[in-house]
Amino acid sequence: MQVVIEQIINGLTIGSFYALIALGYSMVYGILKLINFAHGDFFTLGSYVGYTVLVFASAALTAYFGIWGMIAIAMLVAAISVALVGLIVERMAYRPIYASGRLPAVVSALGASIVIQNSIMIIWGPRYQAYPAALIPNIPLQILGFNISLLQLLILVMSFILMLSLYYVIQKTTFGAAIRATALDRDTAALMGINFNKVILFIFILGPALGAITGVMVGMYYRQISFTMGWNYGLKAFTATILGGIGNLPGAMLGGLILGTLEMLGGAYISSAWKDVFVFLILILVLIFRPTGILGEKIAEKV
Amino acid sequence: MKKFLHIENIYVSYGSIDALKSVSLHIEEGEVVTVLGANGAGKSTLLRCISGLVPLRQGDIFLLDKSLKDSPPHDIVQNGISHSPEGRKVFATLTIEENLNLGAYVRRKHTREIQQAKEHIFDLFPILKKRRRQLAGTLSGGEQQMLAMGRALMSNPRILLLDEPSLGLSPLIVKHVFEIIREINSQGVSILLVEQNARKALGVANRGYVLETGKISISGTSTELKSNQKVQEAYLGGSALKKHQL
Ligand SMILES: Nc1ncnc2c1ncn2[C@@H]1O[C@H](COP(=O)(O)OP(=O)(O)OP(=O)(O)O)[C@@H](O)[C@H]1O
Ligand SMILES: [Mg+2]
Repeated sequence: MQVVIEQIINGLTIGSFYALIALGYSMVYGILKLINFAHGDFFTLGSYVGYTVLVFASAALTAYFGIWGMIAIAMLVAAISVALVGLIVERMAYRPIYASGRLPAVVSALGASIVIQNSIMIIWGPRYQAYPAALIPNIPLQILGFNISLLQLLILVMSFILMLSLYYVIQKTTFGAAIRATALDRDTAALMGINFNKVILFIFILGPALGAITGVMVGMYYRQISFTMGWNYGLKAFTATILGGIGNLPGAMLGGLILGTLEMLGGAYISSAWKDVFVFLILILVLIFRPTGILGEKIAEKV
Repeated sequence: MKKFLHIENIYVSYGSIDALKSVSLHIEEGEVVTVLGANGAGKSTLLRCISGLVPLRQGDIFLLDKSLKDSPPHDIVQNGISHSPEGRKVFATLTIEENLNLGAYVRRKHTREIQQAKEHIFDLFPILKKRRRQLAGTLSGGEQQMLAMGRALMSNPRILLLDEPSLGLSPLIVKHVFEIIREINSQGVSILLVEQNARKALGVANRGYVLETGKISISGTSTELKSNQKVQEAYLGGSALKKHQL
C-alpha cells in the first residue's frame, strides 16, 4: 500500500507537469480552435532558459538570494522570456492566417514548432544538458510515513497554486467570463465590448509562461533536459487535454493529473517499457467512447 | 436638426455577393425605427455592419458627428450602441448573471452602477432574477430572448439594435416582448428593430424601411407603411397568411 501511494504521488507530480502544459493547449484551442503545436517547444525553451540562469548564477547571487530565491528567479526569467516568444509566434505564425481556415494554421504551428526546436539546438547544442545538481538540494522527507522529496513537495504545491489561481481567474472573474464567452462565440463576445486582441494577448502570455515554469520544474526534477523533449511532453499534455475535454480548462488539469497517475501506475505494475503505450491507448479509448472528454460539454445549443 | 444615427449610402459584400447596396437610413433620438424584409434581404447584415462585425465596402455610418466606419465592435458598444443579435446568442454555458455582467463589460469598473443596472433588468424580467445562478442554456427560448435583451441593456445604451426578437416564440411571449420594447423605448433608448413580424413591428415603430435584396425599396412612417399596398401584400398579407398556415 505504501508503495502504491508513493507511486500515486509520483504520478501526480508528472501529472501536474502535463496539466500545466495542457492548460496552454486548451486555452489556445478554446479561443482560436487551433492546436498550437509549438506549445511543447515553449516548455522546452523555458527549461533551457531556466537552466542558463541557474548555471550562470554566480556564487554571489546565490548567496544573496538563497537557492530557492535563485530558482524563483530562474522561473520568472523563463516565464517572461518565453511569454515574449509566445507573443512573437502568435504575431508572425498565426495572426496573418487566422482568416484562411484551420489547415493552414496547423501547418504554420508545426513550422513554428520546428523553428523553435532548432533554434534551441543551435543555441544550446544538440546534447543533453544537466541542471546543476549541487545547486538544487534533494532533501528526502518523511510525511505520514511516506517518502517524498522536498523538491517534489514544492513542485506539487506550486503546481496546485498555479492551477487554482488560473481556475479562479477563468471561473470567477469578469475577465475570465469574457474569455469563456469569446471561446463560445467570438462575434457575440465582441458585441459585449470584449476586445478579442486582448484575449489573444492574455492566452499567449499565460500559456507559454505556464509552459516555461513547468520546463524549469521538469529540469529540476529529472535533472536532464534535451531540445526534443517538448515533443514527448507536448504529446502527453495534448492527450491530457483531450482526456479532460479540449477547450475546458478544469478538464485539462484533471486530464493531466489522471494521465500522470495512470502512466506511473501502469509503468510500475504492468511494464515500464510500455508506459507510453498506456497513455496512447487511453487517448484512443477516449476518442472512441467519449470524444468530448471527461468534462467536455455536450454541444447543445437552442436555435 | 442633427441626425442621431445616420447611415449613408453603404455597400457591403460577402465575397462576390452584394448583401447591401447603397443603403441609407437614419434614426432620431428617442425613435423606434423598424426594418422589414424577407429572408436574406440583408437585415442582419445591416445591424452587424453598424456594430462593426462586418466591414463596409463603401459609405459611412455616423453617430452624431462621429464616423464609426473604422471602429472595432468593442468601441462601438462603448459609444452607446448595443446589439441583441439574431438567434439570441446567449452564452449557454455561462450563468444568467455572468451573461448580464458581460453585457456591462464596457463599464466593468463601475460595480455599483452594474448592480443597479442588474436590479433594473431584474425588475423588467423577474424570471431572470429567480434563475440568476443557472446556466443560460437551460432557459426556454422566450426566457433566452429576455436574457439577450437584458444583456444588451446592461451597457446602458443610447441605441438598441434588435434582430428578430420575436423569432420562434409563442404569440403570448411575442406580445410580452413587444411590450418590453415599448417600455425600453419609453425610458429613452432609441431602437432599430429588425422584424419579420411586420404587423407587430409597425405597431411599435414610429417609422420603417423595407429592405429588398440589399436595397431600400420603401420608407415612411408606420402609418404610411401600413397603408402602402405593396407592404400590405408582401408583408402584412404575407404574415397573416403565414399565421393562417401555421
Ligand atoms: N457570412 C456570410 N457569408 C456569405 N454570405 C452571407 C453571409 N451572411 C449573410 N450572407 C448572405 O447575405 C445576404 C443577406 O443576409 P442577412 O443574414 O443579412 O439576411 P436577413 O435579412 O437577416 O435574413 P433573415 O431574415 O433570414 O435573417 C443573404 O443572401 C445571405 O445568404
Ligand atoms: Mg437575419
